[in-house]
Amino acid sequence: MGLSVQPVLLWSDALLFVLIGVIVGLSLWARRQDALRAAWARVLKDGVAMAAATVLAVFVLIGLLDSLHFRARLPAQAGAAASYAVEVNSALDALLSGLRQRTEKTYSAPLATHLYSKEALENSTQREFPRLKHGGAHLGENTVGKLVGHELDIAVRLSRGLAGGLALWLLLVAVVRQANGLDLRALMKVGAGGSAKSAAGGAVLITLLAIFLLLGAAISLGGGYHVFGTDKVGQDVLYLSLKAIRTGLLIGTLTTLVMLPAAVSLGILAGYVGGWVDDLIQYVYTTLSSIPGVLLIAAAVLMMQVVIDTHPDWFATSAERADARLLALCLILGMTSWTGVARLLRGETLKLRELEFVQAAQAFGVGRFAIMRRHILPNLMHIVLISLVMDFSGLVLAEAVLSYVGVGVDPTTISFGTMINTARMELAREPMVWWSLAAAFSFMFALVLAANLFADAVRDAFDPRSSA
Amino acid sequence: MSILAVRDLSIQIGAARPVDGISFAIAPGECFALLGESGCGKSMTALGIMRLLPAAAQVTAGSVEFEGGDLLALPESGMRDIRGGGIGMIFQEPATSLNPVLTVGRQIVESLELHSPLRGEAARRRARELLDQVGIPDPVRRLDEYPFQLSGGLRQRVMIAIALAGAPRLLIADEPTTALDVTIQAQVLDLLDELRRQQGMALLLITHDLGVVARMADRVGVMYAGQLVEEAPRRQFFSQPAHPYSVRLFAALPDANRRGGRLATIPGSVPSAEARHEGCRFVERCSEVMPACRASPPPWREVDGGQRVRCFLPGLPPSVAAIVGAGETALAIEPRPLLEVADMQVHFPIRRGILQRVVGAVRAVDGVSLQLKPGRTLALVGESGCGKTTAGKAMLQLIRPTAGSVLLDGVELTMRSTSELRPLRARMQMVFQDPFASLNPRLRIGDIIAEGMQALKVLKVGAGDTAAMIGALLEQVGLRPDMADRYPHEFSGGQRQRIAIARALAVSPQLLICDEPTSALDVSVQAQILNLLSDLQAELKLAYLFITHNIAVVDYLAHEVAVMYLGRVVECGSADEVLRQARHPYTQALLAAVPRVDGLRSEVPKLAGDMPSPANPPAGCHFHPRCPLADEGCRRSYPVETRFGATHVVRCFKAT
Repeated sequence: MGLSVQPVLLWSDALLFVLIGVIVGLSLWARRQDALRAAWARVLKDGVAMAAATVLAVFVLIGLLDSLHFRARLPAQAGAAASYAVEVNSALDALLSGLRQRTEKTYSAPLATHLYSKEALENSTQREFPRLKHGGAHLGENTVGKLVGHELDIAVRLSRGLAGGLALWLLLVAVVRQANGLDLRALMKVGAGGSAKSAAGGAVLITLLAIFLLLGAAISLGGGYHVFGTDKVGQDVLYLSLKAIRTGLLIGTLTTLVMLPAAVSLGILAGYVGGWVDDLIQYVYTTLSSIPGVLLIAAAVLMMQVVIDTHPDWFATSAERADARLLALCLILGMTSWTGVARLLRGETLKLRELEFVQAAQAFGVGRFAIMRRHILPNLMHIVLISLVMDFSGLVLAEAVLSYVGVGVDPTTISFGTMINTARMELAREPMVWWSLAAAFSFMFALVLAANLFADAVRDAFDPRSSA
Repeated sequence: MSILAVRDLSIQIGAARPVDGISFAIAPGECFALLGESGCGKSMTALGIMRLLPAAAQVTAGSVEFEGGDLLALPESGMRDIRGGGIGMIFQEPATSLNPVLTVGRQIVESLELHSPLRGEAARRRARELLDQVGIPDPVRRLDEYPFQLSGGLRQRVMIAIALAGAPRLLIADEPTTALDVTIQAQVLDLLDELRRQQGMALLLITHDLGVVARMADRVGVMYAGQLVEEAPRRQFFSQPAHPYSVRLFAALPDANRRGGRLATIPGSVPSAEARHEGCRFVERCSEVMPACRASPPPWREVDGGQRVRCFLPGLPPSVAAIVGAGETALAIEPRPLLEVADMQVHFPIRRGILQRVVGAVRAVDGVSLQLKPGRTLALVGESGCGKTTAGKAMLQLIRPTAGSVLLDGVELTMRSTSELRPLRARMQMVFQDPFASLNPRLRIGDIIAEGMQALKVLKVGAGDTAAMIGALLEQVGLRPDMADRYPHEFSGGQRQRIAIARALAVSPQLLICDEPTSALDVSVQAQILNLLSDLQAELKLAYLFITHNIAVVDYLAHEVAVMYLGRVVECGSADEVLRQARHPYTQALLAAVPRVDGLRSEVPKLAGDMPSPANPPAGCHFHPRCPLADEGCRRSYPVETRFGATHVVRCFKAT
């Protein structure tokens, strides 16, 4: 007997887990650094930042669930070796298998019971709106063939979902109260810090309330309907939106992972060593940043696509191929976006280089690289951190733009960009199909807004001028 | 009738009270000096009077009466007329208090248009008069220049002209000369004094410099931890200070009489502004503590003749026994010099054009020759921009000299590569000026001190001994060994400078180049550091190259003095020779420009103008454009060395 599933570790999954490991490691290290701990404590006390962080955490959770990939085991023939499905699924797919499998024939509006366009029915010469296979299938029909209680059913499901969400939230609040009963008293002793901290806690709870209510409503309605409607081939748009989150997160984080070592090392080298090294690095990044970014990326992506297409034997499954393309996109975006950070770090290094503690190290004959590592790099980390968080939202948006232009991720990869790309045609239809664009837009908006608000708070906390 | 009366002014920032119940009055035409160390609330008081406090600060009590009206009750629009019009203000840093993108004339006219009916050509004419009045040569041309085209001294004069544009009855000067050189400081102080006499303008002078107070003030108020502790007419204050704090401030001043001895220091540090006080604020640092001092805050007590003091002590406090040194300690002087610099030059190329052709050079150091013997102190003195810091760094090979030779204990340094120099680095180290920039904020104190030992492989023993060595070093500079685990931001300026000294000592050098090690510190802390340096010299036979512009420190500490002007040494010799029998007119003027605590004015004429640019030094003797004795010969050729006695060397045709 083998496992009932065969775990699959895609390259992007591996890198994502490495990244998370690094972040956990760094935060453990930061806990021991007084200055860093103080700055993060300021972020923790900021209500808006903590609300944004809560939203981000939900997105990250969805993205992580979507990164646990496996191939399901096929029903085995007697005596034969266990064989696994060609399709690679994720834990999120398994959780949402209802949504994933309930596909319709084609477009249907949110919460509809019939298709969006008329079709010729069997046994009839008339063109009618056919019933959906899944959306509202549980509703009974009256004698004339009309549905009974559609609105009422939606209202009932909606209120049931909201009530469920509220109940869950109240339960959580009660648990937190219970646990914090001791904590609150401890905070009182600390003094003024307590009030700011509890304000941030309140912001988190309120954000969680909103999330729970939305979640409850989505689960309750999603059981019988397509909450965001279906797309051209009848896939549930809510499912697509949830799947697109992982793509956005990967692009936002892995790109920075690719970019960071180059940006940091080249920026510091250019600033500290100077001379021809500086000239060379400056030449490279001025050249790179004077080529229009989209053009450069498009050229690189097209070349890579040719390579992938001519070597189909490299990939066991289509998921692996799509994954390779996603990674390549991260790489290309990273190679073109390191210039900004490098330029920033070069300028800051030029300033630090003249400081007396660097000269003191030179007077001891400390080597160049040791000075860069011990004296320059640690004093630049706050800039690196700020630019990382600020770049994240820009990269999520960049993916959408690139996929819209057609040079982004693999067409089989679900992303906000591909959803918006297909929406181009849908908006031109008559009557217009608006829901996949709306769904992609609202999810992306929430993700980017949360990332931006969080980045603002991080910048404020680490900016020495704003810290009183 | 006073022009400004401050009563019980208190200012609060969060839990801190930087100003806590201050009362003083200024009569028309009077100069009142607020004296205190950094962080005692002087500047905050001035900003409170002008109602220019930062957003977080607020006046919690008291009143500020200006010409009979309460400033704190005025609406903001009324206050705008007072600022500039009634009360003018000049700030410490002339480089940042002028707008860099507006011409000087535009900035003066702006102030004129606000406070007078003058417009257009008339305003411009008045602006020219003002520039003339503050002693700026060629005012018509200067009106159309930008601040970056002016030197620091000229910028401060422009600031004063702008302040005068509104014809204020009171001028608040917040450390007006702290950022300037002594010769320029003397010019600016003279100007302020003259303007005050001409226009009957009252002056509130905020400073930490006893010399400036002695030069300028009619009355003095000493601030400590947010309160005035003593108020007295100048003469009385300087002849018989009544508060123990004032007495100790005087005792902490270095000068020649204390040479070889120790300076009196004030133990501990100024209490934080957040501290709550039961009794006297100075109680923790005072040597005359009585039980009453801790119980309640001391009331004002009249001494006599307008001198008041906040102290329970009846009569005057005993003067601190300034341990008068035995003069030169008769050290057996080794004949062989430890450091020998001959004709060292540091030129920075000036590049222009697309091809970056070298079109000239900034001659920062232009032929310096020095000798320093083991266990001795050589002071390198000069105004900012004369190349003394560059010279110090070039001796350490932190900046490679363009020409000349540097011998350390007979070993030539200039020809060696970076790796060949490394073993020699343990023998020469540097202590930097700014204790806040010279320690990496991300490293622990222990790591900072260990860095040199690791880099130079001074340690041949195990790691446990490293910690022991760091502890011993920290104790040697007067800190506790357990401080090794802390970060620099937890320390005060004086403590940081001690750490910087410990870092240099870690590799047991023979030569320590100290680049203005006390200029960023308060007087009482400066005394601690100077004491530490002289103790270390006695203990370890260190040779110091002391780079400074502070003549008093030189007088106290140095065995030999070299005076630099525009990249060259113009006079050198033993401290007595250079400071008592100065032969070079520049040295004489430099010494005369130092404001003296005893208030005496010297007869030597003060220097006019600024130092020329080292990119384009004057022909002949560099000093001739500013020299009162210059003649045709001085303009033609650079003077050769003239020797007076065995050690005294002067480069001047006129030296006799």
